[in-house]
Amino acid sequence: MVVKLTNAQIAWRAAQDLPDGAYVNLGIGFPEMIATFKPEGREVTYHTENGILDFGEAPPAGEEDWDLINAGKKAVTLNPGASFFHHADSFAMVRGGHLDVAVLGAYEVAQTGDLANWSTGPGSVPAVGGAMDLVHGARQVWVVTDHVTKKGEPKLLEACRLPLTGVGCVTTVYTSLAVIDIVDRRFVVREKLPSMSLEDLQAVTGALLAVGAAVGDLIVPEL
Amino acid sequence: MNKICPTIEDALAGIEDGMSVMIGGFGGAGAPIELIHALVDRYKATGSPGRLTVINNNAGNGAVGIAAMIYAGMVAKMVCSFPRSSDPKAFTDAYLAGKIALELVPQGTLAERIRAGGAGIPAFYTPSSFGTQVAEGKPVAEFDGRSYVQERWLKADVALIKAELADAKGNLTFRKAARNFSPLMAMAAATTIVQASRVVEPGTIDPEHVVTPGIFVDRIVEVPNPAQEEALLREGAK
Repeated sequence: MVVKLTNAQIAWRAAQDLPDGAYVNLGIGFPEMIATFKPEGREVTYHTENGILDFGEAPPAGEEDWDLINAGKKAVTLNPGASFFHHADSFAMVRGGHLDVAVLGAYEVAQTGDLANWSTGPGSVPAVGGAMDLVHGARQVWVVTDHVTKKGEPKLLEACRLPLTGVGCVTTVYTSLAVIDIVDRRFVVREKLPSMSLEDLQAVTGALLAVGAAVGDLIVPEL
Repeated sequence: MNKICPTIEDALAGIEDGMSVMIGGFGGAGAPIELIHALVDRYKATGSPGRLTVINNNAGNGAVGIAAMIYAGMVAKMVCSFPRSSDPKAFTDAYLAGKIALELVPQGTLAERIRAGGAGIPAFYTPSSFGTQVAEGKPVAEFDGRSYVQERWLKADVALIKAELADAKGNLTFRKAARNFSPLMAMAAATTIVQASRVVEPGTIDPEHVVTPGIFVDRIVEVPNPAQEEALLREGAK
């Protein structure tokens, strides 16, 4: 039986790949969890679009300063050496290639690296925030997501159906079943759950999976 | 030179129907609540200024600040990146009822358009939004093998911003992440109106620490102990 990873376990797995010394932007919601699982001894500096570099954990309840928030409007604290800057400088950091990693959620990812994560189509209020900027400029753009939708439909596709956030921008997808790199417009499986065959994984994926030199086991702790 | 106004009403003089108004803040951080509510009060009392185009990252939360402007019926159009919040009812209802227009702009593009407006750069190219709905109808060009979208500058008749310290010459500092769009908006508006938590003598702010130089600022009014939008919402403000 295949037991898929929880969101916390997906976040843990992505966190293991954070490079030492990296400047990282974690998207609102699910990606924010990655900070919790940063490996000991690795130094990571977090950027938030609204103008802080090197923010830390949430303050204790009752000690929030609402002028000190992240892009998700949650209260944060500052690490020694933090800095403030205005929005144009903040997005110069983003588009100018100064971030090492940006992590976002997804509705759909295409094998070409296209990402759809901002609009479910007509009938809702559209909201894009900083996502269309973040997918350009960071050296690596990671997606953390369940492998399939709530209805069990594949989220990894040959081409996105929903409105795009960016074209050819995603470099790695961390899902509830696998770690998949996007190389030369193909999904290349780096790791998969050991309880699952490649055929099983292919069956819940909407595009052809390629295999690199070897497929590793996706093993995460109980969290 | 003295840019200090005795009252909020003096500072807000001359804002007319149909104007474009940039409002500083990201969520509650940096929202100039006292300036906004003085304008709402004026609208409720006199019916003006209405039909405003409001430029902000968001589109209001709860019933204070920009949400209060929307509920009052004085906003015809929002230019923003993220019209959602913990309580987006004011904007959502008006938008779905067709009572308010929306120009959705990616956040970094919004910041750069405002910066360009203040810097005399009529257009620029950005990678953001290439190949998406947001880029439809905009010129595209390739530079060094990558595709970019042309975006135009954004200016406004008025900017309303909140600063921490101000002096009579217009020099400003901001508080923590309440800075966000405000220094850019101060550059891009024909008239920049500032509520400062404390007005100090010129020379008090170390020139090394000035964030917005006074040339970008027109009017200042001191508002000690200003309301903070997020704190207001959490206290249950209606």
